[in-house]
Amino acid sequence: MSEGRLRKLILGDAQADRVVPPSGFTAQLTLFVSGAMAFLAVFALALSMASGRLADQWAEELARAATLRINAPAEQRTAQTEAALEILRQTPGVATARALTGEEQAALLAPWFGASVPVGDLPLPQLIEVTGDDAGYDAQGLRLRLQAEVPGAVLDDHTRWRAPLVDAAHALRRLAWVSILLIGGATAAMITLAANAALAANAQVIEVLRLVGALDSYIAQAFIRRFTLRALTGAAAGVVLGMIGVWLMPEASDEGGFLTGLGFQGWGWLVPLLIPPLGALVAFAATTRAATKRLGELS
Amino acid sequence: MIELENVGYNYGGGELLNAVSVQLAPGSFHFLTGPSGAGKTTLLKLCYGALNPTAGRVRAFNMDVHGLDRDQMAYLRRRVGVVHQDCRFLDHLPVIENIALPLLVSGRELSHEEANLQELLNWVGLSERAHALPPELSGGERQRAALARSVILSPDVIIADEPTGNVDWEMSQRLLQLLVELNRMGKTILVATHDLSLIRAAKNQVQARVLRISNRQLQLAGADL
Repeated sequence: MSEGRLRKLILGDAQADRVVPPSGFTAQLTLFVSGAMAFLAVFALALSMASGRLADQWAEELARAATLRINAPAEQRTAQTEAALEILRQTPGVATARALTGEEQAALLAPWFGASVPVGDLPLPQLIEVTGDDAGYDAQGLRLRLQAEVPGAVLDDHTRWRAPLVDAAHALRRLAWVSILLIGGATAAMITLAANAALAANAQVIEVLRLVGALDSYIAQAFIRRFTLRALTGAAAGVVLGMIGVWLMPEASDEGGFLTGLGFQGWGWLVPLLIPPLGALVAFAATTRAATKRLGELS
Repeated sequence: MIELENVGYNYGGGELLNAVSVQLAPGSFHFLTGPSGAGKTTLLKLCYGALNPTAGRVRAFNMDVHGLDRDQMAYLRRRVGVVHQDCRFLDHLPVIENIALPLLVSGRELSHEEANLQELLNWVGLSERAHALPPELSGGERQRAALARSVILSPDVIIADEPTGNVDWEMSQRLLQLLVELNRMGKTILVATHDLSLIRAAKNQVQARVLRISNRQLQLAGADL
């Protein structure tokens, strides 16, 4: 498209616009649908960005943290704990290793047993909290060494429940992207239908314009401009409402779990602003295709 | 200007025109007559490319009309002013904008043409009605507006299909007068009509030739009118 045509499309030609009669109700429907689609797109986008963030966060946090559990008879427990801590201190890649105190272990169990049960009297295994540094440690090697020297130690690096969580977050992000693509496709289909309806309803106008020597491109532009601007306006309104909706969601917090993390962060707030221009682009392409096809069929 | 060479037209149900050959020379004035349904409108449509002949060739401005693409066809329409039988206006725009429509779609700057437009409105006697909508016009006013629209781009050829079909004798005289004036300015005119008295009236003012469609053929009907 030439620069002149693009400028004409954006700035418009007030007189050329009047050539096609105004269509109140259809125009409002187009506005409404593109607004609703943009609104949904904002949420799909928020979901995709939040689940991506969650996947990365979980993968990173869980990769670093591990728990060492020492199951030993009461008289050997202290000795084995000391031995295990010694091994952990020598292991490259382990940043800190700390045995949990009796009170901390009791606090962890409180949700299950209640505060009144004397947890301290139970033969509990000793827990050691292990935090890896950025480089990480060799879990398999550590496991083998512990097996030889501290028979009661079981290393849990959380892989078992980390992998499905990260997979779930990735799947959620994929679903969100598929939704965004579907929303785009549905918008294109809807605009194509509306443009075809408008072209059919204005068949007489098109005939008169052809009769007085209008080029197909001139006629098409009158329709393309209309639908592009409607999609742009509708999508802008939808995005504003969608962003307000996302903004009103509670702040991310530990108590709320992952649900409250839905939303945009930092530069992420700028991404939904791409939806209106993209919606306009979709409408432009859909109307251009519909108009070219329709006008080509006329004599 | 426009040349038909052995043109035949078959609309599927049968042959309407057969071996029609005619030349519209620059500056000529032709009437096209014949009974209803004889193919007058079809022949006019063949001349301005709204229909393609099923046999023979149509040449306009030395171009084969059949080979033109849609854009070239649009440019051809700008050089041939057509007054349609039922006028064909954009009913949501006032008369003045309908008359200016060819200027608008061909990308002319309307503000430069303001004076021409006013003059043209005066010439067809529609200055008072400039801002009326087409459905509010009388039959004669519609025909005059259609004529004004057909000449606004100053085409070389003007084709009118029954321009006096719905108007009284006085109004048809006035329309004829306008066509005669255009012919004196050097325009090539082709008018389809079944109104023989109109043709007789024209013969007093202009060197008009009469073409008659009869039995699917085109004949030059000369002095017998």
